Amino acid sequence: MASITLNKVFKRYGSGKTANLVIHGVSAQIADGEFVVVVGPSGCGKSTLLRMVAGLEEITGGEISIGNRVVNDLEPSERDIAMVFQNYALYPHMNVFDNMAYGLKIAKVPMDEIKARVDKAAKILEIGAFMQRKPRELSGGQRQRVAMGRAIVRQPQVFLFDEPLSNLDAKLRAHTRLEIQKLHRELGITSLFVTHDQVEAMTLAQRMIVMNAGVMEQFGTPEEVYNRPASTFVATFIGSPPMNLLKNAPEARPGTILGVRPEHLAITSEGWALCVDALETLGAERLVYGRWLHGAGDELVIIRTDEGQPVPELGSTIHVTPRADRLHWFDATTGKRQ
Amino acid sequence: MVEHRPGLTFLTHAILLAGVAIIAFPLYLTLVASTQTAEQITQAIPMSMLPGTNALETYKIALFGGQSAAGSEITGSAPMMLVSLITALIIPLGKITMSMLSAFAIVYFRFPFRNLVFWMIFVTLMLPVEVRIGPTYEVVASLGMLNTYAGLSIPLIASATATFLFRQFFLTVPDELVEAARIDGAGPMRFFKDVLLPLSSTSIAALFVIQFIYGWNQYLWPLLMTTSEDMYPVVMGIKRLIGGDSYTEWNVVMATAILAMLPPALVVMLMQKWFVKGLVDTEK
Ligand SMILES: Nc1ncnc2c1ncn2[C@@H]1O[C@H](COP(=O)(O)OP(=O)(O)OP(=O)(O)O)[C@@H](O)[C@H]1O
Ligand SMILES: [Mg+2]
Repeated sequence: MASITLNKVFKRYGSGKTANLVIHGVSAQIADGEFVVVVGPSGCGKSTLLRMVAGLEEITGGEISIGNRVVNDLEPSERDIAMVFQNYALYPHMNVFDNMAYGLKIAKVPMDEIKARVDKAAKILEIGAFMQRKPRELSGGQRQRVAMGRAIVRQPQVFLFDEPLSNLDAKLRAHTRLEIQKLHRELGITSLFVTHDQVEAMTLAQRMIVMNAGVMEQFGTPEEVYNRPASTFVATFIGSPPMNLLKNAPEARPGTILGVRPEHLAITSEGWALCVDALETLGAERLVYGRWLHGAGDELVIIRTDEGQPVPELGSTIHVTPRADRLHWFDATTGKRQ
Repeated sequence: MVEHRPGLTFLTHAILLAGVAIIAFPLYLTLVASTQTAEQITQAIPMSMLPGTNALETYKIALFGGQSAAGSEITGSAPMMLVSLITALIIPLGKITMSMLSAFAIVYFRFPFRNLVFWMIFVTLMLPVEVRIGPTYEVVASLGMLNTYAGLSIPLIASATATFLFRQFFLTVPDELVEAARIDGAGPMRFFKDVLLPLSSTSIAALFVIQFIYGWNQYLWPLLMTTSEDMYPVVMGIKRLIGGDSYTEWNVVMATAILAMLPPALVVMLMQKWFVKGLVDTEK
């Protein structure tokens, strides 16, 4: 078991005119046995960060330690990590057993121990029935398990996952999510899990790193990230529908942005006056889109109500009140939480 | 071809059959001629289209040599077949080894002037054996490799085509596979042996067939650099049976031709099964 420390990690691709700074000095301390999810929009550098921890990508600046070893100059195989790739990267010509055993064979682990470890992993993942099959003879979900199995048998200090669930259908994804959680509870291995899916992040993470354009916006538990977003980016990235960011609310002070989540706005007999612009019914809940009546500027306010509530008419005027303890204030220029 | 008009079906079949006939006829003629005696071939005009009865005799002489019925001394082709076989095996094996390794270096390693090296290899595509035959002869002669297997095969081994083929193939192997192998602790040669080699089996099989035939059919180069009879390949042997001062025994020539055709045909048939299997089996 080991902790992971990122100390002002930078990554630049190319050099000279084509230089492209992708990671802008990320520092984080991941505790031993913790499950940390890195989440952010496409292209923000999540994979790059993970691949630097894995040793597949050179570190331009800063330091990465696993346990108490600085690993900057170590080969991936020397870092005591295992990685699960998005497309699983199973060896196509080897059967499931050989795929899982390959790393151990190279490490010259005795054959009976390899067998024992592979069998154990196969039992955990319930893939024992197709040890002799080639990857192409497996379904996507089964391949995913084999990829996990290959990681488990190495008994690494750290698991690295790069969007391992994104090729699965919604149902299987939800199921596998639970299995990964269970696996982590059983094995307790420090894990770094990359995803662009906020639901995945919220459900899996003990703590999560929210990234945007190579910068770590926030590092905290899902509750912290949801309840106290550190910036307007985090506020809108996590939560669906996103948090309302309002400059023209009656309470608003110049130079600040007021953030309120749609579920923390209630339709009341008085309060903010809005004109109903659009309605969306999503089964158990309804989204009401309103615009300011007082003409201070054109801003859309989303309100989330229960499906049991009376339906406001399009074009009519409604009044809403935010929950006073759920207001978030952000600086209008930096976007940081105040 | 979704239309079902009887006329069209008839026409297409007729064309296909005509094609088969055009290709098969010379082969049939060769086979028939090899079963007749030399007199039967030369005296009947046109020669008989029916197999003769002299096959065993003719093939024995064609393979092992001896005094023919017409009285001329014939050198057997068996030793020449062996020479051809050895060269035709060294060439594809050497070619595949060399080009796989060089493609491996070009695709997977970052070294100075990598692109330059690639282009230099690529440019040699424009220099087939025939073009560089003079200088190649000089080099081989001064290295004392005339009349050796090395001399017969090495100049034909250097190959840009195969390097290029493997380079293209390696480029299609997903990066994640390389990375997975790195994490598993496989060094470069281990990755080459355990992953690239098995994945390339289809290409290797195809290349082997093509290059085996290429090596087997070499004529100009052996003609130039072999002077001792025990290093003649069989293709040259056929030529030597024809003309000259002595009487040409066409039955023996044809039998030798058939014999010389067998190994390449055999390689194609055996390997075909194998690389079709490879095509079905591997998936990146
Ligand atoms: N080998 C490379 N050379 C140059 N730029 C690269 C390279 N790999 C990635 N990048 C750039 O680095 C940035 C971050 O890429 P990265 O793959 O880490 O994104 P990501 O957050 O994983 O996105 P996604 O969710 O789409 O996988 C992107 O802008 C990308 O264009
Ligand atoms: Mg990515």
